[in-house]
Amino acid sequence: MSFHAALRSGVHRVFLRCEEALDAPFGGADNPLRHLGAMGLYLLWVVVGSGLYLYAVLDTGIDAVYSSIGYLSLQQWYLGGILRSLHRYAADGFLLLMLLHLVREWCYGRYYGFRLYSWMTGVPLLWLAYVAGIGGYWIVWDQLAQLSAVATSELLDWLPIFSEASARNFLTPDSISDRFFTMLVFIHLGVPLLLILGLWAHVHRISHVDYLPSKRVMLATMAALLLLALLKPALSNPPANLATVPGELGFDWFILFIHPLADLTSPAVVWSLLFGLTALLFALPVLPHPRPEAVAVVDAANCTGCDRCLADCPYAAISMLPHPRRPGFKLAVVDPDLCAACGICAGSCPSSTPFRRRELLVTGIDMPQQPVNALREELERALASLTGRSRIVVFSCARGADARSLATTDTAVMPLLCTGMLPPSFVEYALRCGADGVLLNTCRSGGCEFRLGERWTNERLQGKREPHLRRSVPASRVQVVGAAGGDASTLADALAEFRNRLDSEVASSDRLQPYLRSASNHA
Amino acid sequence: MLKPAAIVGQVILYGAFAAFIGYFATAPKYRQIPDDSALIKLSISHLGDRQCRKRTPEELAKMPPNMRAPLDCPRERSDINLEADLDGQPVLRTVLHPTGLYKDGVSTVYKRFEVKAGSHQLAVRMNDNLVKPGFNFVKEEAITLQPGQVMVVDFNPDQGGLFFR
Repeated sequence: MSFHAALRSGVHRVFLRCEEALDAPFGGADNPLRHLGAMGLYLLWVVVGSGLYLYAVLDTGIDAVYSSIGYLSLQQWYLGGILRSLHRYAADGFLLLMLLHLVREWCYGRYYGFRLYSWMTGVPLLWLAYVAGIGGYWIVWDQLAQLSAVATSELLDWLPIFSEASARNFLTPDSISDRFFTMLVFIHLGVPLLLILGLWAHVHRISHVDYLPSKRVMLATMAALLLLALLKPALSNPPANLATVPGELGFDWFILFIHPLADLTSPAVVWSLLFGLTALLFALPVLPHPRPEAVAVVDAANCTGCDRCLADCPYAAISMLPHPRRPGFKLAVVDPDLCAACGICAGSCPSSTPFRRRELLVTGIDMPQQPVNALREELERALASLTGRSRIVVFSCARGADARSLATTDTAVMPLLCTGMLPPSFVEYALRCGADGVLLNTCRSGGCEFRLGERWTNERLQGKREPHLRRSVPASRVQVVGAAGGDASTLADALAEFRNRLDSEVASSDRLQPYLRSASNHA
Repeated sequence: MLKPAAIVGQVILYGAFAAFIGYFATAPKYRQIPDDSALIKLSISHLGDRQCRKRTPEELAKMPPNMRAPLDCPRERSDINLEADLDGQPVLRTVLHPTGLYKDGVSTVYKRFEVKAGSHQLAVRMNDNLVKPGFNFVKEEAITLQPGQVMVVDFNPDQGGLFFR
């Protein structure tokens, strides 16, 4: 195993443990670590909203802005002061979550293949976020702004981009004029606008994007930041004076850490680190990684053009084009560069029903590595071999808890690429062909490798999403368990509990009418 | 419906998030230079002299009568030789090169020196035409720096050359 793979695996384990630990108090839907991107976006909107107010009320001019922001913080603390504090703390939170998001996606190996575009468009956003953040500190033009402005210009001067040292602009107090403030406003408005544009591109190839976390998370985060703003309001330092070096200052280590780093080392070291890290992030996708899996394949003869795969695909890999041979019909087309090979489209296809009598079940859109026909055959074989009082079929996500050890004479385990690839009709089929119960092992809530598999599975079973499980299927015979990779014991316990329940109900009258495909009139 | 233990857990974790942000947004405090020190910023941006050569009578005779300028002044600017001594010790010895593709732009330098506050002897010497030996601009002065003070060494030919501010 390479050093990179070992490092990634180690960080992944730590991250997963933290995520799973937070599932206990938060639950999957509200777990901040499972929604870092949405949390970051939410904080960015808080920054934008509070920033718009500050921009509207602040006086323009390098001296006037200092006094007017001081007025906001001290005299109008109840509105302007709180918004200023929110602006600063939300910006810090945004940068923190952005970095955590980056580390999470890296350690989960989400930087190549169909995720390459999102990775590549995400890396420049780091630079934009830091430029916007550093520029924001300059606007106040207090001693911290002075320190940052001088240190940044000294850092920039190491690069061969200016013919004259830009630090000369900050030599003496009379070097600074209101034009400097105008430039800062352009930087602090223009760069965040670019950042938002970049974020749009970043999520452009993802469907059903979580633009915001849940309401509960938003309210709780806002309450925490408001409390922080009240307890520790953001205040200005003494005004900038270029004739002196700022003394000891309260320092924002989230945004301005680069200046102490430059003081401690040298501009050469800092730029080498920054450019090196950026190059490394861009180069990650070309490092050795698992081969991509086979992508979904459309069968034109069986595709009805119903759009369900289009609606369910988590990565916008499917588009609908006019059917080449059936006028007025549409045909699903898969973009192989975007396809995650999750099989969710196969699970959404109405032609994937196992009740079709044909010997060879060919569906509209299918996965070559686990076709629906093979799944039906495997299920029929497993059902035929099951014995015991309560015969259970476990459909298990290959990325969730390992269910293979649960296979016994009365339990059949059917591994899936993702539980989202299971058409709900397979659940009914299993129950009508000999199973007493069906257990679906999904990833934990919010922890699906393919983002939406666990959500679609639950919605289909609950009848909230097409194709849905028929209402005639008794809910008592279907169990869904969210068990991640390290939750094998949770899955085993859930199976045992399910079996106990079925054992007590096995003679009850909710058993579905048996179905024999070879004797059926279904086409 | 959330269980009480989950609510308590969430309150603690959101509080920890806010506390983490609140702390590192202002702490630990940072001081760029020790409180008993001052800064000397030596920053010069100056066009080196043009290195002209007097044409010989033979050269002039070969030229058309209307173009017989006595001096040959190429576009390029001279390098600038710059030296600085603090308390008799050399702190800077450098040659500044003109910028631009044709070496006809300004020569520029920006250096900062962290020194103990108090009295010092500062000498700066500059030669902006390396054809001539020695230094054509010299400034030497006893200076007194307050803690945290920034003293600038700059050059402006209209203000007599090198100056301390």
